[in-house]
Amino acid sequence: MTKNEIYPKMNEAIVAGDREAARALAEDAVRSGLDLLEVVEQGYVPGIQKVGELWERGEYFLPELISSAEAMKAAMAVLDPALNRQNLGARIGGKVVIGTIEGDIHDIGKNLVASMLQAGGFEVFDLGADVKLERFIDKAEEVGAGMICLSALLTTTMMNQRRFIALLRDRGLRDKYKVLVGGAPANRKWAEEIGADGYAENAVAAVKLAKSFAGRP
Amino acid sequence: MIETRKPKLELLSTEFIERIIDEGLTLLERHGVLVENTEAVSLLAGAGAVVDRASGLVRIGRKLVLDSLATTPSVITLYDRTGSRAYTVGGDEVHFDPGSAAVTLLDHATQEERKASTADLVAFYKLVETLEHLHFQSTGLIAYDVPAPVADCFRLYAGLCLSGKPFVTGTFRVEGFRPMKDLLAAVRGGENELRSKPLAIFDACPSPPLKWSHLTSQSLIDAARAGIPSELISMGMTGATSLTTIAGTLVQHVAENLSGLVICQLAGPGAPVIFGGSPSSFDMRKGTTPMGAIETMMIDAAYAQIGKHLKLPTHAYMALSDAKVNDPQAGFETALGAVLAALAGVNVVSGPGMLDFESSQSLEKLVIDDGICAMVYRLLDGIAQRDDPVALGAFEGFTPGMSFLTHPHTRRWYRTEHIPAGLVDRDPYEAWVAAGRTSIVDKAHLDVARRMVAYAAPPLAAEVRKDLDRIMAAYGRASGVDVLPSTEF
Repeated sequence: MTKNEIYPKMNEAIVAGDREAARALAEDAVRSGLDLLEVVEQGYVPGIQKVGELWERGEYFLPELISSAEAMKAAMAVLDPALNRQNLGARIGGKVVIGTIEGDIHDIGKNLVASMLQAGGFEVFDLGADVKLERFIDKAEEVGAGMICLSALLTTTMMNQRRFIALLRDRGLRDKYKVLVGGAPANRKWAEEIGADGYAENAVAAVKLAKSFAGRP
Repeated sequence: MIETRKPKLELLSTEFIERIIDEGLTLLERHGVLVENTEAVSLLAGAGAVVDRASGLVRIGRKLVLDSLATTPSVITLYDRTGSRAYTVGGDEVHFDPGSAAVTLLDHATQEERKASTADLVAFYKLVETLEHLHFQSTGLIAYDVPAPVADCFRLYAGLCLSGKPFVTGTFRVEGFRPMKDLLAAVRGGENELRSKPLAIFDACPSPPLKWSHLTSQSLIDAARAGIPSELISMGMTGATSLTTIAGTLVQHVAENLSGLVICQLAGPGAPVIFGGSPSSFDMRKGTTPMGAIETMMIDAAYAQIGKHLKLPTHAYMALSDAKVNDPQAGFETALGAVLAALAGVNVVSGPGMLDFESSQSLEKLVIDDGICAMVYRLLDGIAQRDDPVALGAFEGFTPGMSFLTHPHTRRWYRTEHIPAGLVDRDPYEAWVAAGRTSIVDKAHLDVARRMVAYAAPPLAAEVRKDLDRIMAAYGRASGVDVLPSTEF
């Protein structure tokens, strides 16, 4: 397939949340020796952008959003290694460490944000749920992340977001990372109060925020 | 006299119920349930269930389930603290209790949710004690000033000191069961006395899909052995942790609850079990679990019908709202749920007072909801034939312009046929304006204050109180908790 044929199909596969098709098209692209950076930027990214628009218009709901993010992940799982072989990292968004904070086991929202960030071109290190505060920092230091995302569903565990910022400060690392907070009880005011860098109310908004920090459109 | 019909809601046909149960049994037989408790697994294996050691899944044959159903009582009788007032949990009897285990209290003055303290918990128990349409108490608030290791036991302890009503409660950790049982037995005067007159129901929630955790399995086993009723709280979230179709979620609900029931019966044959739940229609936009969604209530009413078909007592989380304050949404979701629960004949309805996805309680809402429950009980009483003939007798000597207001028939029947308005506004417009345009929430707030003054602690023998204090203090020490909040109540 030429790129004029294949890009719209990639786009469709993402919008339809078709994991199999997204993966198969990526394999096609690798086999055909297409410019893989262009494949990402013109084949797949417009798809996930369209999904974000459909979500914001209220036409897409969580099942569509998550399926599309999964499809994007499936495609990138094929493209990333190939790009790395060519020394062309596609993850121009940078590295993000994410997790549900200590004491909290709720991870539906966090998983969604992780998937969408990944789909949005970030390299995501998902630490899971009930993550000790130190682990966020250790992981970020280890992988050289630029952003740390903290999720909390409970008003009680939300307090650990505040503790995390204090811990970063204590370790003299506060300015090294952008810290984003989210979860049902959090809001913009809370983020400001605890000195976080940002708050997003849902996964689509989180990607926009992360992109703005990364200086991307 | 013509018999009064009890109004009833049945969403499912018998054919559909039997199909759902059949698929639930097949699900247990074919795929099994994950049981993370070695004692429960060995009980199940000992009874012929097939344990897949690699996956941990326990496949339970339908014969074992049916045998277990056969030993489960269809009616439970709970007794109040004095042991004299009995409450039938079974048939189509309906009992309301406050929605349980909220982490915040809606503060009336600020209209903000805030953490609940022991003082709030005390106020909550006192208020509920005065609300006549809430037949049961629940350990409804988690107080932040109670150290976590003793949190489950402490809230029951405080409740038993302050209230005479039966309790709906549960454990937060395995160790919590023993002292909680001891508290209940101390009130009754012994474990056998507690067994013959249960005072509390213990909730146990499987984790959807199809999993019983270590804690909840242990609660089932311990409660069954003590003869304490277990309330099985299956809680699939449509499209997230269960199928998105209501009927599909019901199949999983049946499988989860019945596997719990089997564990109970194996631990203690004849153990009282309630077919309950807290499932919800998952919000595909917000990722939340709305208890006020109509589909949530449909799932509830339907599984209650299934529970009745299985001849089990039933429970549901209904008569509550996802609103954050006492606004119109809080009222209509609560009232809709209360009416549907009652018409579905749900035996234990947990919900009043509750807001914000089961996370917040409101004292004002408890008072308002008690009024909703009063209306619901009136509805359940149905329309009776009071006289024979129905009306013709009272029309003897009819003249045009005859007033019924002064007719002896009115005095004879109006208090039976009609309930008082309570806090509901029925003022003519001018009177409402003159009275300061007061909302029901403001009236409820005043009523809370009035009830706090009116509250009188139901008498508790000094030696029983001493026993309760001793059990609580010992558990605190054993848990490494030196200081408990003030117990001056």
